[in-house]
Amino acid sequence: MDNDGTQTITRIAEIIINALQLEDVTPQTFDPDLDLVDEVGIDSMDLATIALVLRDEYGIRIDEDDYPKLTTVRIIAEYINTKLTSGE
Amino acid sequence: MKTVSSLLDDHWYERYKTISKLNIRSSIYDVTDRCNLRCKGCFFFSSGEHEAASEEKDVGKWHAFVEKEMDRGVNLAILIGGEPTLCLDRIEAFYKRLPTFCATNGLIKVPRDRFPDMMVGISLWGDAEDETTLRGKDTFKISSAHYAGDPHAYYLYTITPKQLGKTEKIIKKIEGVGLKVHMQLLSNDEAVDGFSWTPDELVTVRAEMDAMLDAYPHTVISSKYYHEIITTGKMLGRPFGWMECPSVTDTIDKRDPRPKRLTNFIRWASDLKTVHRCCTSETRDCATCKDGAAHMSWVMVNKRAHMRSAEELQNWIEVYEMFAKLYQFIPW
Ligand code: SF4
Ligand code: SF4
Repeated sequence: MDNDGTQTITRIAEIIINALQLEDVTPQTFDPDLDLVDEVGIDSMDLATIALVLRDEYGIRIDEDDYPKLTTVRIIAEYINTKLTSGE
Repeated sequence: MKTVSSLLDDHWYERYKTISKLNIRSSIYDVTDRCNLRCKGCFFFSSGEHEAASEEKDVGKWHAFVEKEMDRGVNLAILIGGEPTLCLDRIEAFYKRLPTFCATNGLIKVPRDRFPDMMVGISLWGDAEDETTLRGKDTFKISSAHYAGDPHAYYLYTITPKQLGKTEKIIKKIEGVGLKVHMQLLSNDEAVDGFSWTPDELVTVRAEMDAMLDAYPHTVISSKYYHEIITTGKMLGRPFGWMECPSVTDTIDKRDPRPKRLTNFIRWASDLKTVHRCCTSETRDCATCKDGAAHMSWVMVNKRAHMRSAEELQNWIEVYEMFAKLYQFIPW
């Protein structure tokens, strides 16, 4: 696991870009603090799709109740890192 | 990458911010299997939904049921029927707990001392002649006397092909009694002669709905994009129908691929156990479905698809605002 989370952030951005087929953006240029719901327009169904990919990639379960909290790539990265550290 | 703020100017962005946090989770409830009318073309009776379940009569069970619905995340109860006002105690089980909308034919007045700010949608199927043909009586006379000037009530005007050229008369009548109106189209579930839409009539009715919105912007709660969607049955080039419908009961939705849909939406029968297929008739052919709420929701659940241009996103905002007004999440 990378210490500063940059790698996780880039990988999550990549997952989101692929899952939502976003154009004109790369994992490197994706603003990790961009509000995914308000600005990118993702909804709970998109989040469910993304959560499945994250589950497979990181071996963690993302509760549906937690979706509303996961508003940016950075927050998702922190959420994943916390889960991995706590061994949940 | 297109983002909301890159597409919208300050004015539209403000409007967007107002609705983007609402997170409306609706479900629909048949309050009773009975009605004090029997309209030709009523989907509830024509599809036999009134016989699908026998209604729960224990009011205590309605209260417990609503609690469970709230645990499921429902934050908007849409009450339909039969005629919900025949069972005020059941309505109260919802109204006491969460934002509640009650559809009615307006023949019984919702007592405002008991339900001071519950939004009431009064059905209207045209002028006195059409109402008498389809519903057996001119309900407007009675309903308008009950609700004139009520800020928490509006007419749900179901336009039929016979109403072409006559909608303005109706809108004026509604404006005259100090109420708002939302327009939808008859789906003619019982194939009443002369009440099914032809392609030409759909083109005409769209123009007429647009003209009414332009001429009566303070009375008509609508949007031109909604008119386009409901009359053409197309959104962003995609045809409406079973594989796109957002208003299918979640627990029986086995569609693959699953389309964008209303989160956790269920349409419950009045036994509080049975579920219906969708927000409207169990037997309706989805290819000809004109259900207004389903078309509105179809737009609303497809936000990202409307982020190709500023105009499309503004269309999306207008439809969302219309829905939010009709269910009292934002003021008129
Ligand atoms: S008033 Fe409504 S529920 Fe009653 S018969 Fe007419 S359409 Fe059906
Ligand atoms: S009849 Fe209309 S609302 Fe019902 S599933 Fe078909 S398209 Fe959807």
